[in-house]
Amino acid sequence: MNIKNIIVTTVILFIFWILLDNTFELLNLLLGAGLALFLSLIFCRSCNVFGDMKLTPLGITYTFIYLFVFFIELLKSNLDVARRVISPSLPIKPGIVEVKTSLKSPMGRMILANSITLTPGTLTVDIEEDRLFIHWIEVKTADPEQATNEIVRKFEKYLEKIYG
Amino acid sequence: MELVGAIIVLIGSIFLFLGALGILRMPDSFNRIQAGTKATTLGTLLSLAGLIFLMPGWWGKLIVLIMFIILTNPVSSHVLARAAHHIKTPLTPQTVIDKYADEENKELDNHKTEVA
Repeated sequence: MNIKNIIVTTVILFIFWILLDNTFELLNLLLGAGLALFLSLIFCRSCNVFGDMKLTPLGITYTFIYLFVFFIELLKSNLDVARRVISPSLPIKPGIVEVKTSLKSPMGRMILANSITLTPGTLTVDIEEDRLFIHWIEVKTADPEQATNEIVRKFEKYLEKIYG
Repeated sequence: MELVGAIIVLIGSIFLFLGALGILRMPDSFNRIQAGTKATTLGTLLSLAGLIFLMPGWWGKLIVLIMFIILTNPVSSHVLARAAHHIKTPLTPQTVIDKYADEENKELDNHKTEVA
């Protein structure tokens, strides 16, 4: 039984309860907390989704920094796509490149792949062990190491702190 | 308050429109997925965020919707792209490199030798 998993699942379920319920009466909150704990005890005894998340103050701080960086990249990515779509010459130079990640945890890798998809000009096509195949709308370099520096680095340095 | 919400919804729909335009203009499936995913993520996100200003009572549910969209949108586009590559959807002639095709061929060869 993984205590950390159950705690994280309970907190997430409780936050969802508050958001959906939208009233702040004591009885409702207590019921929600009870249900959240009950459900995570039933369903999350053997799941191992949050097992390698670091719940230290440093990890939580980096989670927020990461969210901030992510939103900036999301905005940049949309402006980038908008620019490409509007310009009459359609400036694209697409290709699929290979990059490597140093993250070990499956959850960390999933978040990395999703973040790559939502950032400027890149789309994760497949992931195999530590190699990610990425469709890049404007290929700057075909060399795996340089592509890794270009695409993965900016997220990896935060995710490393959160997931190790 | 209502004006702010309306402006945010308008900006969101402009992004959605650009996404649709991108799907029309891009030369192959992968580039279309690129345009589709990115523009729709921010477009939907802004539309929902604008609705928070218009309907303050719905904020909790709208935030849940925003979270689900951020989580599921990249996953679905990744699966679409992967499936498209597996059924050998042709890439545009402008494509400069395809590392993933080499990888798939290698897997296929391994499979053949195993069967033999």
